[in-house]
Amino acid sequence: MSTDGAQTPIADQTGEATTRTLHIWRGDLTDGGLVEFEVETAPGMVVLDAVLEVQRSQAPDLAVRWNCKAAKCGSCSAEVNGRPSLMCKTRLDHLPEGEPITVEPLHAFPVIRDLVTDVSWNYEVNKKIAPFTPKPDADWLIGQEDADRMSEFRKCIECFMCQDVCHILRNHRMHDRYFGPRFLIRLASLEMHPLDDLDRIDQISGEAGIALCNITKCCTEVCPEGIHITDNAIIPLKERVVDRRFDPLFRLLHRRPR
Amino acid sequence: MTTQAASTPPAARRTGTPPLGATMRRDRWWLQPVLIATGLTLFGIYSIVVAALNTDYDYLKGGARYLSPFYSPDLRSLFGLHIPFTYAFFVIWAPLGLRTTCYYYRKAYYRSFFLMPPACAVAGRPRAAGRYTGESRLPFILQNVHRFFFYFATIVLGFLWYDAIRAFFYHTPTGTRFGIGLGGVVMVVNVVLLSAFTFGCNSFRHLIGGRLDCFTCSASARARHGAWKKVSVLNGHHQLYAWLSLISVGVTDLYIRLACAGVFTDPHHIF
Repeated sequence: MSTDGAQTPIADQTGEATTRTLHIWRGDLTDGGLVEFEVETAPGMVVLDAVLEVQRSQAPDLAVRWNCKAAKCGSCSAEVNGRPSLMCKTRLDHLPEGEPITVEPLHAFPVIRDLVTDVSWNYEVNKKIAPFTPKPDADWLIGQEDADRMSEFRKCIECFMCQDVCHILRNHRMHDRYFGPRFLIRLASLEMHPLDDLDRIDQISGEAGIALCNITKCCTEVCPEGIHITDNAIIPLKERVVDRRFDPLFRLLHRRPR
Repeated sequence: MTTQAASTPPAARRTGTPPLGATMRRDRWWLQPVLIATGLTLFGIYSIVVAALNTDYDYLKGGARYLSPFYSPDLRSLFGLHIPFTYAFFVIWAPLGLRTTCYYYRKAYYRSFFLMPPACAVAGRPRAAGRYTGESRLPFILQNVHRFFFYFATIVLGFLWYDAIRAFFYHTPTGTRFGIGLGGVVMVVNVVLLSAFTFGCNSFRHLIGGRLDCFTCSASARARHGAWKKVSVLNGHHQLYAWLSLISVGVTDLYIRLACAGVFTDPHHIF
């Protein structure tokens, strides 16, 4: 960027400009398709850079949602070469050379326009989860070991890529019967909280639909925060449901409330 | 800019059920499910065949005793069981049940055999809207008995440890003497890998401490937290140990089988 505010051509920044082909999905809920663009790129550029360059120089009306460009806001989720990815975290030089780069909006949610999807369903699901409800006589000192377990879940940036890749939502469109990995994480963080007083197992096994999850771990694979969604949230919740619903021996031995 | 559409995925793709294999991924996503399906099928066939053979599973040469993991515990001597057919099926149901309901293997075979889905962001078997039931209905609701298979498989594992330790004690004309044979080493490696797999089990991780809401509220909770962390280390490599132990079981059986058949002589040294 020059000091007078005018953008410097990409090639001048590094001296190594190359041209890449992008196939960007353009359209809305009624119709759409991939549109081809050629952009000059430089080493170190990410997909979001290339998309914004297309928007700047070739398609000013291209709709794309982004904010921090630091992989922390979760806004620029898209599908790059068919895989849910944060556009700001996906480097162009990590994608196969000589092949077009495909950029599509998330599949699990309705398209508003181009790369922007309507993820408001997630916020409606979130409202169904009762917030943290402390025990009346709570001792507000929490051990570090307990904080450590919950802090992993607090890393979620709500990019909703785990929701997008989950085949229950993506392919089976069961948004009315399954909360999805992101909200099973939230339920896990509350259910495992030492000070939370609510029994959440009925909701987890009921309207949250945890039994629909068949542990294919795709949510874990795409999580940009590296949260072990399946191993540390979903499976432990499934085991808590087993305690309650499928293990008479356990119920016999643990009659007293925890 | 080129306005020509490189391809035109219809908007209906976002609301309808995509066909099997529909994806924009260009990598070899199919390779992993193919390899896993091949590996599990080969092991499944091998297990059934060796369990049905009822021969060459008990090596008794040179004072050594190596018992195939498919035939341990030895129900013949343990319970005086004398039946005209193989007893292996009375043994292997527990470890096979553990693996069948294991959370890792569930991922593996849901992807590879049931194509639900075959890979991430790849459309699985299409079903009419609302017909997918996951693990909420039969038969997959039975996955919830995983912990019971864990209990029984742990008992079998105890016998495998006994077999592995016994393999280092040779019966000689002068009495029982310590010795080291390649077969014994193979059996120890096998049982160590099996232990790493078994005690990295997600159900065990839950029961040992994961089910607690508070790790610091009592002395026993602190102790269980320590155990939970150790199990979590094993659990972090559950997939690795699942495959290594699967291979080691097959290799151990094959070693004992070939030694019994006289294909080679077990190298050993008695002290």
